[in-house]
Amino acid sequence: MTALDKEALARRVASDIPAGAYVNLGIGQPTAIARFLDPASGVVLHTENGMLGMGEVVPDAEADQDLTNAGKQPVSELPGAAYFHHADSFAMMRGGHLDVCVMGAFQVSAGGDLANWHTGAPDAIPAVGGAMDLAAGAKEVWVMMTLFAKDGTPKLVPACTYPLTGKACVTRVYTDVATFLIEPSGVRVVDTFGISADELTSRIEVPLDIRVL
Amino acid sequence: MRTTITGALEAVGAVRDGDTVLVGGFGMAGMPVELIDALIEHGAGDLTVVSNNAGNGDTGLAALLAAGRVRKMICSFPRQSDSWVFDDLYRSGKIELEVVPQGNLAERMRAAGAGIGAFYCPTGVGTPLAEGKETRVIDGREFVLEYPIHGDVALIRAHVADRLGNLVYRKTARNFGPVMATAARVTIAQVSRVVEAGDLDPEAVVTPSIFVNTLVEVPR
Repeated sequence: MTALDKEALARRVASDIPAGAYVNLGIGQPTAIARFLDPASGVVLHTENGMLGMGEVVPDAEADQDLTNAGKQPVSELPGAAYFHHADSFAMMRGGHLDVCVMGAFQVSAGGDLANWHTGAPDAIPAVGGAMDLAAGAKEVWVMMTLFAKDGTPKLVPACTYPLTGKACVTRVYTDVATFLIEPSGVRVVDTFGISADELTSRIEVPLDIRVL
Repeated sequence: MRTTITGALEAVGAVRDGDTVLVGGFGMAGMPVELIDALIEHGAGDLTVVSNNAGNGDTGLAALLAAGRVRKMICSFPRQSDSWVFDDLYRSGKIELEVVPQGNLAERMRAAGAGIGAFYCPTGVGTPLAEGKETRVIDGREFVLEYPIHGDVALIRAHVADRLGNLVYRKTARNFGPVMATAARVTIAQVSRVVEAGDLDPEAVVTPSIFVNTLVEVPR
C-alpha cells in the first residue's frame, strides 16, 4: 500500500458519502470527489452560489456563463436541479439542512478546529468566501488534505497556528496517508496508506487512537 | 412608487458621491456590467461597494475599481486568479477592505431589507472576523451579533422583467440579486428583456416589483 494520489483520495472520500446526502464540495481538490460519486446513490450537490442538483464541470464550448460552481467554473444542471438566492443558500448551511461539506485545510486541530482561509502573512489578501458559513453550519465538516505540508510539518496539530475558520467543527480528516475521525474522546485512525503506525505516531504531535490497525 | 424604464446612464444618476452601492453577481454571473459601465461614465466616486468579489479581469466591477471610484470594498472573496486590479490597489494602500463571510454578507443585506435591527449568527465564532463583536450564548451555543448592510443604490442583473418591475432570473446568475434588491434605497435592475404586465407567471416571480425602482433593458 502506498500513499493515495489526488484521484485515489477523492475516491476514498466519495466512498464514505452516504446515499441521498445533500453535500457541498469546496473549491479546489474536493471538487474532484463529484467524479467518483455513484449516480445511483442519489447524492445531491449543493453549490453556495445558489443551486442544488449541480452536475459536472463542462468544457468551455458548452459553458453557460450564468451557470457556474463556487469556483466559477462552468457546470451542468441535473434533472431535478433547483436555483435559489444567496440568503437561502446559506440558510441551508446554517439551518442544519446540509448533511456534509468537504473542504481543504491548512491545519486541523485535535479538537476539530479548522484553519483554511488565511495564512495571516502580512502581504496576503484575506478571502473567506463561504468557508466559515460551511464550518459553522454543515452537519458534518470533513477535511481533505495532505497530512504533511511540503516542508514535512504535519497539518493535523494539537492547536492551529493559522487564523481559525471555525472552532470544533471538523469530524473527519481524509489525508493521503491516513483517515482520522475527530471524536469527543480524541483522534482515531481508521485506515492508513503507505505509512506505519510507528511513523504516524512519531511524526504527529496529536495523541492517536490506532488500536484498530 | 411606479417602476421606471430608462437608459443605463439616466438610471445610475441616482448614485451620489460617497454612496454605498450593492453590486450583484458572483464573479461575472449576474454582474450588471452595462450598469457599472454607465456608473463609470456618470462619474460618482468615493463609493463603498458591496459585492461578493472584488472584480474579475478588466471589465465590470474591476473597471470601476481601476477608475479609482471606490474607497472601500465589502466582500467575501476578493482574492482570485483574475483580481489583479483589486490586488494592486490593496497592496498599494489605495482601497479599504472589509472581508465578510459570504453567508453573513447575504444575511446582513437580507436583514437590512427586512427591517431587522441585528441578528445573532453562529458563523465566524472564535475567528478573527468575530473579534470585537458582541457575542451571546443561546441554548448552549455561542453566536455573534451581526448588523445589517444597507445600500443607497443596488445595481443588479436579472433575466426578464415585466413593466411593473417583477423580476425572474436565470440559473446561478440569480445569486445576490433578490437580496440586494430589498436592501437598497434605490434598486436598478438590468434585464435582457422587458415584457408586458401579465406576461410573467406570477408563481414564478422571484423579486416582486415593490423592490425594484428602475429597469434598464440590455438585450443579451
